[in-house]
Amino acid sequence: MTPGAIALATILAIVAIGAAVGFLAGARRKMDLEQWTVGGRGFGAALVFLLMAGEVYTTFAFLGASGWAYSRGGPTLYVLAYLTLAYVVSFFILPQLWEVGRQHRLQTQSDFFNMRYGNRYLAGFVCVVGLLSFIPYVQLQLTGIGIIVSIASFDSIGRVPAMSLAVVLLVAFVFANGVRAVAWVSVVKDFLMVIAAVAIGIGVPFAHFGGIAPMFAALAHARPEHLTMPGATPNLGHGWYVSTVMLTSLGAYMWPHAFGATFTAKDADTLRRNAIVMPLYTLTLAFIFFAGFAAVLIVPGLKNGDLALLTVVRGTFPPWFLGVIGGAGALTAMVPAAIFILTGATLFAKNLYRPLFAPSMTDQQVARLARGMVILLGAISLGLAIYGSSTLVSLLLTGYAGVTQCFPGVVLGLYWKRVTARGIFAGMTVGVLAAAWLMLTHRDPVFGVNAGFVALCLNFAVAVAGSLAYPAQQTSPVDRARTSQLARR
Amino acid sequence: MGTMLNWVKTPSIRALALGFVPFLAMCFSVPLWDRVEPLVLGLPFNLFWLILWIVLTPCCLWGAYRAESADSRRTGPRR
Repeated sequence: MTPGAIALATILAIVAIGAAVGFLAGARRKMDLEQWTVGGRGFGAALVFLLMAGEVYTTFAFLGASGWAYSRGGPTLYVLAYLTLAYVVSFFILPQLWEVGRQHRLQTQSDFFNMRYGNRYLAGFVCVVGLLSFIPYVQLQLTGIGIIVSIASFDSIGRVPAMSLAVVLLVAFVFANGVRAVAWVSVVKDFLMVIAAVAIGIGVPFAHFGGIAPMFAALAHARPEHLTMPGATPNLGHGWYVSTVMLTSLGAYMWPHAFGATFTAKDADTLRRNAIVMPLYTLTLAFIFFAGFAAVLIVPGLKNGDLALLTVVRGTFPPWFLGVIGGAGALTAMVPAAIFILTGATLFAKNLYRPLFAPSMTDQQVARLARGMVILLGAISLGLAIYGSSTLVSLLLTGYAGVTQCFPGVVLGLYWKRVTARGIFAGMTVGVLAAAWLMLTHRDPVFGVNAGFVALCLNFAVAVAGSLAYPAQQTSPVDRARTSQLARR
Repeated sequence: MGTMLNWVKTPSIRALALGFVPFLAMCFSVPLWDRVEPLVLGLPFNLFWLILWIVLTPCCLWGAYRAESADSRRTGPRR
């Protein structure tokens, strides 16, 4: 067997095991809409931990972070800070959100906006922003799978067939089982991911430099500027770091899938306890950074930094181990992609199509439409991944610039009584337009500040000003509630 | 018309302050720790600093968790 064949066979075996676990997980359960999307709201701490880890640790972390550590250097450290701080933000928002979700039987982000602001157009807008932000995110995952398979096969299998196969598998198990399948595949994936990350992070520096400390000593001697900000970039300095960490840590739970995963928890305390331990999971990522930095000296001059990690692994480890890492990487891409597609499909059917076009649809019909959408979304994202070309990190940051615009609506909606639908609508519109304009005209970063963060600040300002300038009408729900209480007395 | 969530429990000041500590350490203070020297445990200082705070953040959140449960014991269940 050639090295490529050994590596590929191992990858296929791992993906097959992952898919089998997914199919078995949902086998004997009756699937209604709530079971399919939020797992019947019965997940304990362990499963929620894995589900959320599965969503946060995507191909982005695996290939993208190491790729940027290799090609950009210091600014990539933002990843370690934002993943940790996202859990801090979650500690103060998710438990409250879960309470609201239970009381009003919410399944998605749009449900929350619809319930809190009572405006189905705002809810539809939130849904569209979520769907659009998913596009670069799913594209990122599929691009990652393409990279993994083509490197592991020693360039004998192209990116396109690899991505196509992955999409078919993905759609199949989402289609059959919904969120429970994804949670269990996550178990397989996280286990492998931790092993792979630690093995790479320690193995690569030891094989080439005799240890992590000698590796950094060599790098600090040869390329000290690469290790601090702005690293190998002209304009990603401390201002960019602070604004990017803020944007992404505030936005991490605004992704429709992360928001939806909140409702799978058994109780609010599960979410709080999760938030306490989850930052430790970020440590795995530190190992990925070691490998990315090591690659700077081992394989200098790669055109595409995203290839750095696997190129180094291929040159360091035997083919079967490259296969194990490739398999972990492929699952790491497929689990989040499955979740995005699943969430996107539910959002479209339940929060966009039904309220705006077919209010009389039953839950069964919505579930059927959502399943149909899974196939369509799989096909769309595959098409984009085949024709798109961007680094994995910049794809992620594009998505974040969009999705974080939902943050003011969520946090003000939870904690500020005077916020109005009008204010949030105006703020989000300004935020989304500003982010889109700044990024599409290549003005990011704006004077060294992340464009998405600039848009978020505008969004906040407009939302607050708008809510104060145009307060809700006299008969606010609180007044009505009070009146009805008085009437009952 | 929207629904007011007037029963949502706002986090206590102590918990919020504890949650702010990691933000201060990992985000806003970046100019103070973004350097290579001194290498600590073989790591560049900025990388070491962030890894240190990945471990310290759960401690801050655990403190916040304690503050929150003490707070809800004092004020009693809201519903």
